[in-house]
Amino acid sequence: MTATSQKTENLPDAVRLSRLVVAVGESRDREAFAELFGYFAPRIKGYLLRQGASEAQAEELAQESMIMVWRRAVTFDPAKSGASTWIFTIARNKRIDALRREKRPDYDPDDPSLAPADPPSADRAVESTQQAARLARAIAELSQEQAELVRMAYFEDKAHGQIAAETELPLGTVKSRLRLALGHLRKAMAEEA
Amino acid sequence: MTDHSFPLHHFPEELLLDHAAGTLPEGLALVVATHLALCPACRATVADCEALGGALLAAIPPAPVAPDALDKVLARIDAEERAAAPPPPAPAPAEATLPRPLRDYVAGDTDALPWRRLLPGIEAARLGARSTAAPDRFPVSLLRIAPGAAVPRHSHRGLEATLVLEGGYSDASGHYERGDVQLGDASVDHRPVAAPGAPCLCLVYEEAPLKLTGPVGRWFNSLLAS
Repeated sequence: MTATSQKTENLPDAVRLSRLVVAVGESRDREAFAELFGYFAPRIKGYLLRQGASEAQAEELAQESMIMVWRRAVTFDPAKSGASTWIFTIARNKRIDALRREKRPDYDPDDPSLAPADPPSADRAVESTQQAARLARAIAELSQEQAELVRMAYFEDKAHGQIAAETELPLGTVKSRLRLALGHLRKAMAEEA
Repeated sequence: MTDHSFPLHHFPEELLLDHAAGTLPEGLALVVATHLALCPACRATVADCEALGGALLAAIPPAPVAPDALDKVLARIDAEERAAAPPPPAPAPAEATLPRPLRDYVAGDTDALPWRRLLPGIEAARLGARSTAAPDRFPVSLLRIAPGAAVPRHSHRGLEATLVLEGGYSDASGHYERGDVQLGDASVDHRPVAAPGAPCLCLVYEEAPLKLTGPVGRWFNSLLAS
């Protein structure tokens, strides 16, 4: 088996994962939840371990994150984000709450004072399996130096100013590398299926 | 009051990425999130950065969870479902001008905040963190500037982020209105002047105290430090 075909087989089926979250939200489907748990709980635990959680803490927080997935599944909108993206935000907020002991202020999509998007961008973020594959490929294509900064931002709880201080790179270099990385990934996400 | 014109001055992308990755201190995250409530363009950028987070999460090598983890979680869910459902959150008052999440930090009318007069025409009220983290990690204030009043010339020791909520102000770099963001640091030395008409209300995150560089500076510095 070639590396490429292996990669394709291991790719999560983004559409299936989204449907599972919808099934949990709409009908409290326990089988769907069990499948989501099997896929995401070990990844959330891996994420928390990288963020410096202890084994016991990562286990507990991964379980708590999955309870949040159950509780909040009814608010999941597959037209706005993919399942992985939505569950990433839950795991991230759990980490901020438990490891940083802070709240994460966020805007409220139902707030009457929210400035509405014009035109509505309902389908811009729909995560198809192909789009997930393109994004994964684009991440793999990042230069080593860009990938390193992205890793520090997402897995080591370091804001870009802190990354600059620790790597002793000029702040402008850190900014431009992160912007280039983001530009590359956005281009891949915006490609036609 | 709803303003449908979108902000012209935004947070830079790397700061939005920090917000999506969850690396900003709560105070700065509050200013970013309040800007997001007023800025669909930056919301789209944050959504892309969160999609990147989702792709990274999916690609993480799985760390095996305890063999009974799913059973434990299902048991906790059962216990929760038997208990009474929590009441839905109170709906937002229709006339609110402060967007969420800022409204959660102000709790009611801005007039009821502990305003301190810094200079004629300039008042500030410090906001409190909602987290259990040290309050000194929450250097966030509302600043109210009377129409036409000028803030003394100053620069900044650390990062300062200013978000306009009502009214507007101008400095040599441009004009700022509801939803607009201005970042300041040691390289920015400015003298903002509030627009005529209505008072200017701003949300300000200040990593380190302002450094006043003009003639009224030292006096104003000591007021800010009090």
